Order: sequence, then C-alpha cells, then structure tokens
Amino acid sequence: MKRADCLKALYPELHERLVVTIMGACAQELYDLGHRENFFYLEHAMGLASSIGLGLALNAPDEKVVVLDGDGSVLMNLGGLATLARYRPRNLTHLIFDNGSLLSTGGFASHTTAGLTDLAAIAKGAGCPNVCLVTSVYDFMAAAAEAFENTTLTTIVAKVEAVGPDHYGMDLALPENAFRFRRHIVQKQGSKGAGKPG
Amino acid sequence: MTVSRDNSLAVYQGIKDSGVRFLSALPETWLIYLLQLADDDPDMTLIEVAKEEEAIGLAAGAYFAGKPNILLMQNHGFLAALNGVVSLAMLYRVPLCMLIALRGHWGEPYPWHTQGGIYTEPVLRGLGLPFEYARDPATVGRQIKEAVTFAHSSLSPVALLLTRELMED
Repeated sequence: MKRADCLKALYPELHERLVVTIMGACAQELYDLGHRENFFYLEHAMGLASSIGLGLALNAPDEKVVVLDGDGSVLMNLGGLATLARYRPRNLTHLIFDNGSLLSTGGFASHTTAGLTDLAAIAKGAGCPNVCLVTSVYDFMAAAAEAFENTTLTTIVAKVEAVGPDHYGMDLALPENAFRFRRHIVQKQGSKGAGKPG
Repeated sequence: MTVSRDNSLAVYQGIKDSGVRFLSALPETWLIYLLQLADDDPDMTLIEVAKEEEAIGLAAGAYFAGKPNILLMQNHGFLAALNGVVSLAMLYRVPLCMLIALRGHWGEPYPWHTQGGIYTEPVLRGLGLPFEYARDPATVGRQIKEAVTFAHSSLSPVALLLTRELMED
C-alpha cells in the first residue's frame, strides 16, 4: 500500500475537515492533490502535528480535525499520544502512515522498520481509546469512514511503502499557509474575537 | 521558602484579565497554585502536556482556531521546547505568550537548576525573543496583558519570566 493512494482515496473526504499534515512526502502528496484553505502543512517541528491537532480540536469543537502523521514524527513525540489520550477530543482523527523510514530526511530506517516497535500498541498503551492497524487502501478507507462518523478519538496506523514523490515544492510560503489556514477557520466560525488578543 | 499563594493569585488574575481562557502547562512547583486556580475555574481550559514542546503545538492549534492562549512552563521546559519555538512559532509567525518560571537564578539553593537558570536569558537574547522579568505582584497583571498583546501584534513568541521574588514568599 502506498501513502499516495491512501491520500488520493481520502482526499474527497477532507474538504470539510481541518487537516494538519507532517512535513515532506506526506505534505507534498496532499498538496499535489490540490491545495485547500483547510490544509496546514507542518514542514518542520517534527512530532507537533498531533499537538496542533489537539489544540485545534479543543478550541474549534464544531470542526472535524484530521492529523496526517508518520512513524518518524510520532516517535519524536510519543508523549503527545498520552496527552491525546488524556484529553481525547471527540472531533479528532489521527492517521499515522508508518513506512518504517525517515523517507523525507534521507530514507534512513526508523525504529518501526524491523517490526519491533508497534505504534498501534504504543497508542493503545498510551490510552488512546480507539486504535486500529490497516494494511490495504480498502481497510484504510473503511477505518477512516468509521472514524469520521464516530465521536471518539480514533488512531489509525496505516502500514505503507517507503516511497514518496519525485519532486518537492509548493507555491505557498509557510507563514502564508498559517495566515490563510487561520483566516479560513475563524471566518468559518464567525468568531467575533478573531484577530484580537483579548 | 514557599510558593507565594497571594502572588500566584495576582498572576492568575492577570491571565484572566488578559482575556485568555486556554492554558497549556507542564506542572512544576512554582506553578502549583496557578494550576490549581485554573483547574478550579470553570471558564478556563487547562491542558497539561507530557513535554513542553507539545504546548507549542497546542498554542498554534488554539491560535489557528482564533483563541488567544498562554503557555506555563519552567525555564528548563522552555529549553526543551526550542525546536518548536523556532521551527513552528517563528517559522510560521505564530504568536506565543509564555510565562516561564525562572528557576536556577539568584537565590537558587538547588544545584540542578543552576545551569538552566544561567543560560535562559542568553538563549532568549540569542533567539531575539522579546522578554521581561516579572518581579512585582502589583504590575505582573499588566505585564501579562501586554505580553499577550505584543505576541499578537508582532506575531512572535514572547516570554515573561516569573522570578523568585514574585513566586516565593
């Protein structure tokens, strides 16, 4: 299973959701499907996509939040799984693409490569209430559809091949992405306090 | 020396007066009363993280949702969160208002805090991260409000250092 195929199948379901993706290949593959104002690409600060998702989910309870994560990033913020489990936002779906590789930073093997480190087991052990492991695009979409329907924090670990795009680049400056993402959310919420600190 | 309950209340009142209703924190001794006050306040959401760098992500998420927020941490936690400060907040121009317990400085009896205390200000200066020291319960409320305002106008992280003078009786 390729992550790009999962994203392609998932893409139509993301239109009404707030999407936070990790860096590199995952971000590029999502962008190449067509940028939308509800997408935020975290091109650095590995590990924090799930934390951004938690902050969003708790502060925009009427929105549905999707975090696109990876094994390398999750391994950098394992404590974040415990924080997610503790506060378990009902409106967050955590999709972890496990390709067993630090693909975007040189293709080095990650701790999950040999099958020793089991991210689904870690998520369960952290206390995440609804965790599943999928190995086919069909199962991935079935699990995602169920997660999008339910009101429980759901973690889906998808085993994918360590392959990515043959190019990198976006016509979107990073702060521009942040400004537009925020504006999209605030306008959607009709928040009167937007842009004001107090 | 004990943590000052009265001055913790002054800090908490400053947070409330700033309009912030979302806090993220990693618990530490000097923050004990602040966190209790937040926990007991039905109008306040407090998220306790496992490591301080998570709080940078939480703050970004809250900001994207249009909610001003404050991070509470110890200076060693700030040092542990640096990549998030640099490569999320600074890179994407996300405001952060950090209230940082400044352990390991003047009067510090515990050796383990001292290196972090000594290097906190040089690191802040090295990052060009605007900061102030909070020493007086009479002015800390205003300082918090101004920190929130400046973080949002500058789209930058800012830090208010909670000193021993303020936090201990």
